[in-house]
Amino acid sequence: MNALLIVVLAVPAVGAAAAALLPDRLGRIVGTVAAAGALIASLPLYRNSWFSYGPAGVRPWHEVDYAWVPALNLHFHLGVDGVSYPLVVLTTLLTLLCCGFTLWRTPDPGRGGTLVALLLVIEVGILGTFLALDLVLFFVFFEVVLLPMYAVIAVWGDRDRAHAARKFVLYTLFGSVLLLVGVFTVVASAGTANIVALTGGGEMSRTTQLVAFTLLAVGFAVKSPLWPLHTWLPDAHTQAPTVGSVILAGVLLKMGTYGLIRVAVGVTPEGARWAAPVLGVLAVAAIVIGSLVCLAQTELKRLIAYSSVGHMGFVLLGIATLTATGIQAALIGNVAHGIITGLLFFLAGAIKDRAHTGDLAQLGGLRERAPWLAGVLGFAAIASLGLPGLAGFWGEAFAVVAAIDRGGPLWTTLGVVAAVGGALTAAYFLRLLRRVTHGPVVGSIAPPALAPVEVAAWAPLVVLALAVGLVPGLVLGMADGPVQALLEALP
Amino acid sequence: MTQSVDHVALLPAYLAAGTAVLALLTDLFVGRRWVVFAAAALGAAATAASAVIVGRGDDRATFCAGDACSFLSTDRSALVAVLFALLTLGVLGISAATRDVPPGEYAFLLACSMTGGVVLGSAGDLITLIVALETLTLPLYVLVGLRRRTVASAEGAVTFFVVSVVATAVTLLGAALLYAAAGRVHFSALATGDLPDLPLTSVSVVLILAGLAFKVAAVPFHAWAPAAYDGAPVPVAAYLSTASKLGGVIAILYAVVDGLRPALDKSGPALAVLAVLTMTVGNLVALRQTRMVRLLAWSSVAQAGYILAPLGAFVLADGRAELSTAVAATLAYTVFYVVLELAAFGAVVALRPGEDGGTLEAYRGAARQRPWIGAALVLALIGLAGLPPGLAGLFAKVAVVRSLLEGGAGWLAVVVALNAVVGLAYYVRVSALLYAPMARAVPARVPWPVVTTLGAVTVIAIVIGFAPQLVLDAVNS
Repeated sequence: MNALLIVVLAVPAVGAAAAALLPDRLGRIVGTVAAAGALIASLPLYRNSWFSYGPAGVRPWHEVDYAWVPALNLHFHLGVDGVSYPLVVLTTLLTLLCCGFTLWRTPDPGRGGTLVALLLVIEVGILGTFLALDLVLFFVFFEVVLLPMYAVIAVWGDRDRAHAARKFVLYTLFGSVLLLVGVFTVVASAGTANIVALTGGGEMSRTTQLVAFTLLAVGFAVKSPLWPLHTWLPDAHTQAPTVGSVILAGVLLKMGTYGLIRVAVGVTPEGARWAAPVLGVLAVAAIVIGSLVCLAQTELKRLIAYSSVGHMGFVLLGIATLTATGIQAALIGNVAHGIITGLLFFLAGAIKDRAHTGDLAQLGGLRERAPWLAGVLGFAAIASLGLPGLAGFWGEAFAVVAAIDRGGPLWTTLGVVAAVGGALTAAYFLRLLRRVTHGPVVGSIAPPALAPVEVAAWAPLVVLALAVGLVPGLVLGMADGPVQALLEALP
Repeated sequence: MTQSVDHVALLPAYLAAGTAVLALLTDLFVGRRWVVFAAAALGAAATAASAVIVGRGDDRATFCAGDACSFLSTDRSALVAVLFALLTLGVLGISAATRDVPPGEYAFLLACSMTGGVVLGSAGDLITLIVALETLTLPLYVLVGLRRRTVASAEGAVTFFVVSVVATAVTLLGAALLYAAAGRVHFSALATGDLPDLPLTSVSVVLILAGLAFKVAAVPFHAWAPAAYDGAPVPVAAYLSTASKLGGVIAILYAVVDGLRPALDKSGPALAVLAVLTMTVGNLVALRQTRMVRLLAWSSVAQAGYILAPLGAFVLADGRAELSTAVAATLAYTVFYVVLELAAFGAVVALRPGEDGGTLEAYRGAARQRPWIGAALVLALIGLAGLPPGLAGLFAKVAVVRSLLEGGAGWLAVVVALNAVVGLAYYVRVSALLYAPMARAVPARVPWPVVTTLGAVTVIAIVIGFAPQLVLDAVNS
């Protein structure tokens, strides 16, 4: 089973090479097959966490460890546990849906084979980040996604793509170079880059931990993104092609929040405890500001992009509490956001393709002309605003609960303000629905019906949004053990 | 007193000098372009092979006076000799498209320069070092100005010549003052004994460092580089930015870091300031360049800053026991850098065979016409920026940042990291331009030696990208 960890990375890597070299249509097919292979290979990585014991703060179900560059403390050390498994499966699933979607529709200027190849390289980078149990390897994979994503936005994006792509790549590189410095602050002080050994803080002094946490947290905050470092996100999302937005929102942002839990909190807990109030305040600011900006948005994709800022705020609030409830909320919030926002960006793309505009004023009356499209949009919006019974609810509700449980005037205030922010989320999504699905008929939508490929791409996300909403134990059950282990390891 | 000369230790230097003579004689008797180049390439390959063989044996030393020797053959000198020989080989390969230079003189001068580099790696005292460095640099004045009927070429050559001669004079003055103060020139003697605590000592160290900083084009001693690079034939610019820079780095390592170790508390802060200035100014000015070779020139100025950073940082720290970490990081970065830089220049030559570097605009859509060469150029540029898929460059940056943090210079690591972001801005601009949509005329035919060299260098860049341990082991030995 351990070899499967390598297979999960190797299959999309080989698929990317094939998709890039083969002719366009064949390349897209081969690439999609590789994406399917990665999904199939990632599923059996699951193992009931009861079987993993040990004193360490990270107890991987499966593990491989080879020395790669010992002189730089770089080991090819991979592992999967209940924290990373849901994200791994989410990544392989969304990449498959995006590759399959590209089979049917390649955005201008064509060259779908290359697009699929880039999506697969991005998949390798994201999966590697989730699986890495070596800090330096984590950093290397973290960097892998930068340029392919840049290319996806810069080549297949909308009118203002060049600017948005450059902003994306420079901003996120800024984050990852700070991550590099943070990683080696830890490695130079601890003498190892093994995340399993480092979780809990090891022998590092308090000062080192504070410095390292600051560097790591800023690095991850750019990626997540945490207000006020989020400004690359709306442009990138608005300009990226549909599949780019789906991957970006669905899983790429999760690298930041995952890194915050596994690396920043896990490896430098003293620093995390010291900075938690700041992180909490920024998270709540992100929730409120994200919601307020959304209320004023007039462009569909931009609105969904800013809603990501708010949702990631809830995730970060959960992490900032440093409690089991909070981190659990962050994990399920991560997964739910990936599913729902992925779906929302698919829908936004479908609407823009049909109406040739994303301006809310130019849309309207979708319910009458394209009832199915309007129905799915309504479902996704309601899931995103956190209606109980759908996936979005658990992450937001329990982040607030965790903040209030934490007690004290600061955290209680943060919990209350975050709850108000949640209400604002409802407000802007209802405004969106009122403008787009209801309201008078404006502009034209052609064709009104859903294509079979669209149904196939969206159905798994709709089902998962329902399933995670009704049975949150799907995610929480397997994360329970690892989160307990992580918190026990913290001093 | 008789002195025995160890000819085995000198073998690479003999072969390098022999290559120069061979090139000249071939030109005299055969006169065919490709034969001259082939002969020089053969000589360079033989030099590299002999350096490997000599390096694998025991350490050797010759021209000794007492315990101190002027010519040392060690693992490190073998590494330097191999690098110089291979860089010369690579530059000869990409010179196949350069038609407006006389082949005999061109190959002769390159081989002379290589000889200087090979000896430089073995230098055991300050005088040998300066003579070797001049042997390395002198032929380049002529090479820069060798293009026929070009004013830019002559301008570049004169700038380079004047600045470089002044730099050498400054270094020599420093060496003379040091001898006056300490009475020693051998590195082994300088490194172990204490230097007299005189103002004269500080002045001499600063003068030596300043003179050598010219050779690596470190800010504020960099102004000659863009003009010389842009005026020179592109393969010579490649040689200037790889071999010549390597020479400067090795000279600084040997003289300032190894030899003048007791004075590191004076030269260390100076090196740190040089590094910060060099990378920051280089990157910021590169942002505004519109000509390809000038952009690469400024970017290579910035890269020199990354190369010097570990040396500067380390000496600021308390302990010096880990000096070898800093030296290894500097050498490793230099090796990764010369490979990527040669690949970048090789791809520029392959995209515009027989022409100068041209404006950036001339490269619009070039990668669509020639996907493989374009991909090689993008890989090299992204490697210089230090990002995947240019893994070689990524690991180079990682090695530097790691050594900075191990040396306790976190602030310098942050400066390096932020500079990497600025650097990406222009590397990615050029890379995007290569793939911009634009229909252009049918490209010219590229001579096969250029393509082969580019392919070989790119393969090396990919291999050391996936197996950086090879480089790190080589520089650590």
